[in-house]
Amino acid sequence: MQSKEAVGINISGGTTNWRKLLFDKLGSLLGLIVLMIILTFASPYFLTVNNLTNVLQQASINALVASGMLLAILTAGIDLSVGSVLALSISVSGIVIINFGLNPVLGILACLFVGGTAGMTNGLLLTKLRLPHPFIATLGMMNVARGLALIITGASPVSGFPDWIQFIGSGYIGPIPFSFILVIVAVIIFHYFLNRTTLGRHIYAVGGNIEAARLSGIDTDRVLTWVYTISGFMAAMGGIVLMGKVNAAYPLAGLSYELDAIAAVIIGGASFLGGVGTIWGTLIGAMIIAVIRNGLNLLGVSPDLQTVVIGAVIIGAVYIDVLRRQKK
Amino acid sequence: MGEIFLKMEKVTKIFPGVKALDEINLEVETGEIHVLLGENGAGKSTLIKILTGLYQPDGGSIYIKGDAVKSNSPQQALAAGIVPIYQELNLIQELDVTENIFMGREIKKIERFGILDREKMENRTKEILTELNQNISPTALIQDLGVGKQQMVEIGKALSVDVNLLILDEPTSALGKDEVKELFRTMRHLKEKGVTIIFISHKLDEVKEIGDRVTVLRDGKYISTKNIADVSEDDLVREMVGRDIKNQFPKVKIEKGAEALRVKNLSRAGVVNNVSLRAYRGKVLGIAGLVGSGRTELVRTIIGADRKDSGEIYIHGQKVEINHPKDALKYGMVLLTEDRKNQGLFLDQTVEFNCTSANLNKYKQNVLLDLTRQKEDTVGLIRSLQIKTPSTQTKVKQLSGGNQQKVVIGKWLNTEADIFIFDEPTRGIDVGAKVEVYNVINELTNRGVAVIMVSSELPEILGISDHILVISEGKVTAEFEAEEATQEKIMSAATINGGINNAV
Ligand SMILES: Nc1ncnc2c1ncn2[C@@H]1O[C@H](COP(=O)(O)OP(=O)(O)OP(=O)(O)O)[C@@H](O)[C@H]1O
Ligand SMILES: [Mg+2]
Repeated sequence: MQSKEAVGINISGGTTNWRKLLFDKLGSLLGLIVLMIILTFASPYFLTVNNLTNVLQQASINALVASGMLLAILTAGIDLSVGSVLALSISVSGIVIINFGLNPVLGILACLFVGGTAGMTNGLLLTKLRLPHPFIATLGMMNVARGLALIITGASPVSGFPDWIQFIGSGYIGPIPFSFILVIVAVIIFHYFLNRTTLGRHIYAVGGNIEAARLSGIDTDRVLTWVYTISGFMAAMGGIVLMGKVNAAYPLAGLSYELDAIAAVIIGGASFLGGVGTIWGTLIGAMIIAVIRNGLNLLGVSPDLQTVVIGAVIIGAVYIDVLRRQKK
Repeated sequence: MGEIFLKMEKVTKIFPGVKALDEINLEVETGEIHVLLGENGAGKSTLIKILTGLYQPDGGSIYIKGDAVKSNSPQQALAAGIVPIYQELNLIQELDVTENIFMGREIKKIERFGILDREKMENRTKEILTELNQNISPTALIQDLGVGKQQMVEIGKALSVDVNLLILDEPTSALGKDEVKELFRTMRHLKEKGVTIIFISHKLDEVKEIGDRVTVLRDGKYISTKNIADVSEDDLVREMVGRDIKNQFPKVKIEKGAEALRVKNLSRAGVVNNVSLRAYRGKVLGIAGLVGSGRTELVRTIIGADRKDSGEIYIHGQKVEINHPKDALKYGMVLLTEDRKNQGLFLDQTVEFNCTSANLNKYKQNVLLDLTRQKEDTVGLIRSLQIKTPSTQTKVKQLSGGNQQKVVIGKWLNTEADIFIFDEPTRGIDVGAKVEVYNVINELTNRGVAVIMVSSELPEILGISDHILVISEGKVTAEFEAEEATQEKIMSAATINGGINNAV
């Protein structure tokens, strides 16, 4: 049969794969570069080491939270509770460290544990109670976690953390903020996790076609539970950075962080329909948001107007993506 | 020669890595049924999509009744009375039959306020479905219908508009004999009214029966156009694949091994009624029956995709509880589903992702997946199933329908299962590639695997099975050894209602 010529065309697609990867990313990466060039001309302060490291630090918390959000969106879901879970996690952590005098290392582990548990609860509500959409479970958790954070802290901040915790949020290694190094490590782990582990690949499968995933013998409930657990965990990670940065744990931390996280994921090229998106895209999405905020600050634009601009950018970025897909 | 309705000249279409169409010519006369024939990936669907404005050609010209078509979009094509039914069903699963049929062309009570005339639409839907002799409720949700019924709804949708040129891309791959008969009756009726039809199918007997002329494509190139009355099925095969296929059903008989699967008194309310069956290592159990007879529901219940109400399942003699497809997989039993788009594939993902998705644990090395071995296995499957794809990293949605089907088969072959259940495995697969699928089944049985094959194609059931069950209305109505079975016996058992369960 003519099978050999038909099959033998380009079986070694290894190199094209990288090129494609780059090309898919090129959209948002290009956006980031263009934005930076414009700002370089618009403000003399933009392209200074000081300012750029500042931007990286700004991007860090959102990038960590958005990594978890990416997983939820990859499975065609959403996690509205990340901001509140962040607040609850650091509140617990702050209280056990400052008020109860617990070893700070254990206190940080407690923070991650609370985040993961809250996330797992989201996952179990979704899969065990069969709530129709993660919107519901995580909307509920958004309120519950915020309320709990206010109750346990008595609605006031806790502060006075050891130096090394502050270093996580505000320290530098050379010119690079430590928090951004944390982000890079997280992104690399996520990259391998999503592309090179069974669970990671199952996340794409569940998002791409949940029925086909189930019929392929994939335990879709287990996958979804993991997704929300990790999302809660990453919210707590973001919380640790925030706590270190401001040297305080406060119950109103992370307000509306879910919106920035969703924006980062979507600007980074992920699809709300599930199954499409990468961690690199999300990182770039988080950077774009930070650069825009920073640029608007440098230009003296009021915070109110900044919100308007960010909203327009989200819509614009997704529209560009839609156009790009149509062309294909 | 009659008036030329459609002329396509030197039409070329290039996708990244593939020249899907290479200067194709096509001439269709008014009022004829023109068949497009070619192997999987030959370019049939692409040609159709260019005609309907879904794709823009990279070269060539199109003439309708002698007028050159300058620009083309799906809306313009529809306005010209060109109505397509694409290979992959395009119904909205969450809506009902009526809403799907009138999608975008709703009948309104008061035009200005957009208030729908639901009653009128339902009545019209009933009329259309009755004309097709289909007993489908206008208010049934699409997701509750099998693919065969869905296909009939899709056909009904096309009939609800004024059509000059009807295009049917493999409409019969999901249909049973009776539905095909109704479809053909409708096609002849339309033809009498002067409607021109383009028809695509891999089933040569159908092509012979319904077609007037046939155009053959091979690897994106135009091969020939002939009067169907002047050619034999063998001639058509030779035109399509460029060689003869000597044995369409290369069955290899294997010694009967131990019992691999026993199903005892399995029931699921309304669809599966007290079914018992056994499958043995080295043997193929064929399950025949009409579309909608409960065959698909039976196998879905066996692997735990649907919940059973009662009954027992034994695997290798051990009683097992199966409540989820993952349990079935654990016991080495897998199901290839009939609906590839909704239940089988991850369309946005690559060939490699799909081929490895049911058995990722195989590639686990410590924590990370072994990419080299994944690729090797995928290349192996591409070779053995002759999947036509530019690379292992091509997205599955960019493959032709038949090649997508091969990817689903590949996904399951890549598991270490020893009980394989295939629901319509050769749906949409071309004549040559079918033989490859049968060879794969032979290899499986040779390895001691037990195979269960649900199929609507009787020649396939008769040619490949060792033992045959016939299902009607959820019950086993007859059981044969392959040697004693005939098409007539199977058909008569398939149309009994509520027969006795004389299985095992
Ligand atoms: N959207 C697309 N992007 C890239 N390649 C495509 C796309 N659509 C089709 N192709 C390629 O074009 C070729 C022709 O595909 P086409 O779907 O027309 O085949 P076909 O004759 O309809 O086959 P089948 O019998 O399997 O349905 C194939 O090699 C296919 O992989
Ligand atoms: Mg096709």
